[in-house]
Amino acid sequence: MTAQKIVVVGNGMVGNHYVEQLLASGLDARITVIGGETRPAYDRVHLSEVFSGKNPEDLALCTRDQYKNAGVDLQLGDPVVRIDREGKAVITNSGRSFPYDKLVLATGSYPFVPPIAGNDLPGCMTYRTIDDLGEIRAMARKSKTGVVVGGGLLGLECANALKNLGLDAHVVEFAPGLMGVQLDEGGSRMLRRKIEALDVKVHTSKATQKITKGEKARLKMSFADGSDLETDMIVFSAGIRPYDQLARESGLEVGPRGGIVIDYHCKTSDSDIFAIGECALFGGMIYGLVAPGYRMAEAALSQLTADKVPFKGADMSTKLKLLGVDVGSIGDSHGKTQGSMAYVFSDERQETYKKIVVSSDGSKLLGSVLVGDCADYDTLLQYYLNGIDLPENPESMILPSVAGGAPALGAAALPATATICSCYNVSKGGIIEAIDGGCCSAAEVKAETGASSGCGGCAALLKNVVDSELEARGVSVDKSICEHFAFTRQELFHICKVEKIQSFDALLQGHGKGRGCDICKPAVASILASLWNNYILEQDHVGLQDTNDHYLANMQKNGTYSVVPRVAGGEITPDKLIVLGEVAKKYNLYTKITGGQRIDLFGARVDQLPGIWADLVAAGFETGHAYGKALRTVKSCVGSTWCRYGVQDSVGMAIYIENRYKGLRSPHKLKSAVSGCTRECAEAQSKDFGVIATENGWNLYLCGNGGMKPRHADLFATDLDDETLIRYIDRFLMFYVRTADRLQRTSVWLENLEGGIDYLREVVIEDKLGICAELEAQMDSVVGTYQCEWKTTIESEDKLKRFRQFVNAPDAQDENVVFVQERGQIRPANDDERAEIIARSA
Amino acid sequence: MSTATKFENQVVCTMDDLIAQSGVCVYWQGHQIAVFYLPKETPKIYAIGNHDPIGKANVLSRGIVGDIKGRLVVASPLYKQHFDLVTGECLEDASVSVPVYSVALAGDKVVIDF
Repeated sequence: MTAQKIVVVGNGMVGNHYVEQLLASGLDARITVIGGETRPAYDRVHLSEVFSGKNPEDLALCTRDQYKNAGVDLQLGDPVVRIDREGKAVITNSGRSFPYDKLVLATGSYPFVPPIAGNDLPGCMTYRTIDDLGEIRAMARKSKTGVVVGGGLLGLECANALKNLGLDAHVVEFAPGLMGVQLDEGGSRMLRRKIEALDVKVHTSKATQKITKGEKARLKMSFADGSDLETDMIVFSAGIRPYDQLARESGLEVGPRGGIVIDYHCKTSDSDIFAIGECALFGGMIYGLVAPGYRMAEAALSQLTADKVPFKGADMSTKLKLLGVDVGSIGDSHGKTQGSMAYVFSDERQETYKKIVVSSDGSKLLGSVLVGDCADYDTLLQYYLNGIDLPENPESMILPSVAGGAPALGAAALPATATICSCYNVSKGGIIEAIDGGCCSAAEVKAETGASSGCGGCAALLKNVVDSELEARGVSVDKSICEHFAFTRQELFHICKVEKIQSFDALLQGHGKGRGCDICKPAVASILASLWNNYILEQDHVGLQDTNDHYLANMQKNGTYSVVPRVAGGEITPDKLIVLGEVAKKYNLYTKITGGQRIDLFGARVDQLPGIWADLVAAGFETGHAYGKALRTVKSCVGSTWCRYGVQDSVGMAIYIENRYKGLRSPHKLKSAVSGCTRECAEAQSKDFGVIATENGWNLYLCGNGGMKPRHADLFATDLDDETLIRYIDRFLMFYVRTADRLQRTSVWLENLEGGIDYLREVVIEDKLGICAELEAQMDSVVGTYQCEWKTTIESEDKLKRFRQFVNAPDAQDENVVFVQERGQIRPANDDERAEIIARSA
Repeated sequence: MSTATKFENQVVCTMDDLIAQSGVCVYWQGHQIAVFYLPKETPKIYAIGNHDPIGKANVLSRGIVGDIKGRLVVASPLYKQHFDLVTGECLEDASVSVPVYSVALAGDKVVIDF
């Protein structure tokens, strides 16, 4: 049998899922994918994150290369315009023809733009593709206000995007409430209240009649009730319509209000043509969520195999964060089932709303609405999906814990059929299978099954299931730092603190085995430094230090070191600049300005370091800890002192912060910055902790990162006074130092912190754990015991002995260290150059 | 060894030059030798070539010492490969090794056989 020719029209999330599953199935097929957009499939669900700092590339679900390597013929930017059903081929816009045995339509949908006069004026746009985002961003630059037409799920996502772009955002909804499909009246009201508190203006029961040129703004919307609203831009997000034109023109059956009609097998009225995703109409319904689309893709694919599965509709339950507000909707949220009864709990002070709809006998959960608090969502969904019997008092499911608390639905209680991840359709049984196959952690199960790699909403539940399953098998999950200690870094920190352990040997004797290694020794050295802040080159500690800490300088590729004196806040006097130049000249060092507003001097031999530092210390320099897992630098812009736009003294604050935390040893390096206004010239949002001046004080951003895996910092607290700012940073840093893994930057630490930034706020601001006083005291102790390690070192004969290249030959040279000249400075010779130079001198 | 000359029982430095639980480098006739002093082990002193064949620099004396599955090792400070202090083998790549020298303490003298 020759390979089947399968043509997939559309390369969105569902089309891509079909191709992935097809490749994984091992079916003998020649696959052609034809997409109308010029980009390969990307994650549309998280589109709005592009406005909060994500790169469009991060949304990609596949690449051209991946398709190419898998033998898939990918055609982008040349859409299919006709299906020749008789000749079994599709024809593209440019006239090319692609024959098929089976055709899969995954053409998706387009945003519905209500037929309102003026809906095509400049400033009117839609929100659906990455290209739309570019247009919205460009228009937002020229705008102050923005209106989203549509108060559904996508509309609110879009309002969030406009708000992130700095616009005064409005939502205009035709219906009386927000998210009318998913939420009941009470839930909708609570959502509105919370969204308005975030300064998004909500206008409901507004039918737009026409859009005209505005007087004060670019556009003016006139409503049926006689009122109007002026705005600079309008984004339509009032629902979706299936892209079914291709099917319609080819004579395939479509629904009265659009959508390609499919049966249980996802077949259209032509049995060689399938339709999946948002273009398909099943049982009179369009499924506008990604998970049902994936189920359709799998069902359609299974028809080509012996193991056929039907598509029988899909659960439309959903949990999401809209404008930072948790919203959940399960099953029959409106209580339309005959005889159903509802329990409602509403707390206007905490601004939470919870409702459950139960069967007439009170034994089964039929639906639920959650606003402001989705902690119960996972549990409720399991009750709903698996028909688990409710407890005798169903209200206990949603009442706050003071009233006895919801009965915990342990992961062990779930049946094997329970769906854990609905994006990738992974059941508890599938997870158990993965563990049977050798997976030993949630991360491994995720990699193996795909669970939790879609929307990520099930991450906590997945971890529970995996942990409980492993526990049931008597597997203790190994989080040991290395073979010498059966503890995590966090546990070692705790042991050292409680038992007041002051040396590696004492810790190893009491709690470890063997002799230690290059993993545990520096980690313990860092813990001891954070706790007791002793000089790191003391006899007990010196053998624990990585070479950089041992020689208080950064080893480079040829074994020489670089030296970075502290230049707090990037402020330096001309005299000190001259000293740096003179020292570099005297020792023939290569000089370069660093990204952290300091000056790096390269090419120093071990035996030159004390001399270099004697000169630097004499001129008033201190060590910059560029070699340590410690606070590096606090960048700043010139701020209100010089800049026309600055609103606070950012340099002064940066110098204060840098001097306060200099020398603090931490699980990984720490970087910071202070910007004097929202123009953010110091790039504070890419730092572990960043500070941006406001008219009223300081905004604090936490856990950002540049480097390999960039992450925008989260806004943690706003308009802080100096004292509160420092107090929060003290607590944050010490909490991180205590609880992070070895070599875990704050960005990764936060992503692994259960409860995320909200939990961090509870700990640092509300003192939920009752440890803030302790954290502050510990920071005070570190600050109070600061010493410049280089000053201490050059004052000690004994310590200086360590800075000998060869202990027995003070005048010998390392012949392997060879420099050549480039652009007027030295650089290490490459292998060929070095061989040549060594040969010439021999 | 490229050199034809054989040196026996050369005193290269004294105890005082060593750092407990760490390494130093000695220079002898063009050779760089990393000497590690581990007072709790038997023997207490180890010597291997200072050249890291993977990082291609003379740095092994500046690595962290420890044990991996019972073998005494030093971790290269450049790219962290481990070298066995007794056999010179690289634990991560069996095709790579460093020279091992016979070393002993004589009173407070450190003596190496080349």
